[in-house]
Amino acid sequence: MFVLVEMVDTVRIPPWQFERKLNDSIAEELNKKLANKVVYNVGLCICLYDITKLEDAYVFPGDGASHTKVHFRYVVFHPFLDEILIGVIKGCSPDGVHVSLGFFDDILIPPESLQQPAKFDEAEQVWVWEYETEEGAHDLYMDTGEEVRFRVVDESFVDTSPTGPSSAEASTSSEEAPKKEAPYTLVGSISEPGLGLLSWWTSS
Amino acid sequence: MEVKDANAALLSNYEVFQLLTDLKEQRKESGKNKHSSGQQNLNTIMYETMKYLSKTPCRHQSPEILREFLVAMKSHKLTKAEKLQLLNHRPMTAVEIQLMVEESEERLTEEQIEDLLQTVTSILPGDPEAEQKPEDMAVDEGDPE
Repeated sequence: MFVLVEMVDTVRIPPWQFERKLNDSIAEELNKKLANKVVYNVGLCICLYDITKLEDAYVFPGDGASHTKVHFRYVVFHPFLDEILIGVIKGCSPDGVHVSLGFFDDILIPPESLQQPAKFDEAEQVWVWEYETEEGAHDLYMDTGEEVRFRVVDESFVDTSPTGPSSAEASTSSEEAPKKEAPYTLVGSISEPGLGLLSWWTSS
Repeated sequence: MEVKDANAALLSNYEVFQLLTDLKEQRKESGKNKHSSGQQNLNTIMYETMKYLSKTPCRHQSPEILREFLVAMKSHKLTKAEKLQLLNHRPMTAVEIQLMVEESEERLTEEQIEDLLQTVTSILPGDPEAEQKPEDMAVDEGDPE
């Protein structure tokens, strides 16, 4: 679920923080910059693991702050393909089942990856697995708050950096609010035995 | 900012849990500045991640248990990713093993799967509350004849 990512960055320490230990200031700045943020094509950054190398700090003319090039390792949430994860159902919509891990919310299980046959109950806005046995069909509801085990089948990164001023003028006249896209989304599947709500598979 | 290696190492849930616990201790000791607006993101992600991880089997693990587990896993010839998933989830049924181990029907016989389950459940500590329930059930089943 978590990986270690080696990164290099230049950290700016303002003069009023010079009394603190450099390592502490740098750790704080890196966490301020990266914690709980998605880095494109890398994943959701959690926290700093360690600082591997500090190069010399420079002060540039016109700016009293010190600039230090830092080599460090960061803990990043980036599940590998086909990894099994356990999450909580946040809700259902016609797009599929939305699952959350608490610290990461943008996980979708599309209708084709649910245990088949499945139907969407419009009245209760919930997906249902129509499980057939010899006695007849059981309707297994995927209720909000239930824990599910799912497999990660796809991930997508979207670059949400702001666009330049020229395109901004064109879009403000046409739309009021620009669509907020999640920078990192996971697509899951529960169409195998053992996947789905944990309560479906616990042996009594 | 430059990413030198986006996949330098895999981390188990226990390692991340330990790191966050230590970081929380450190921040508690240093006191004042963790409520400043810049630190809010770190606070949020730490809280949520620890909340998630404390509900997984990793909270009962320790470095010695991890070492013992990896030594025991050597004989089963599993890939790093498979061992990591077994470590993070502590599967208790054959169905779960089949999900985490690729092509388990071809690579492992039923006995080997049982053996693997035994190793996993004996080395990795489970939830002490959940382990007590099956004993109560066994007592009731004996009555109706």
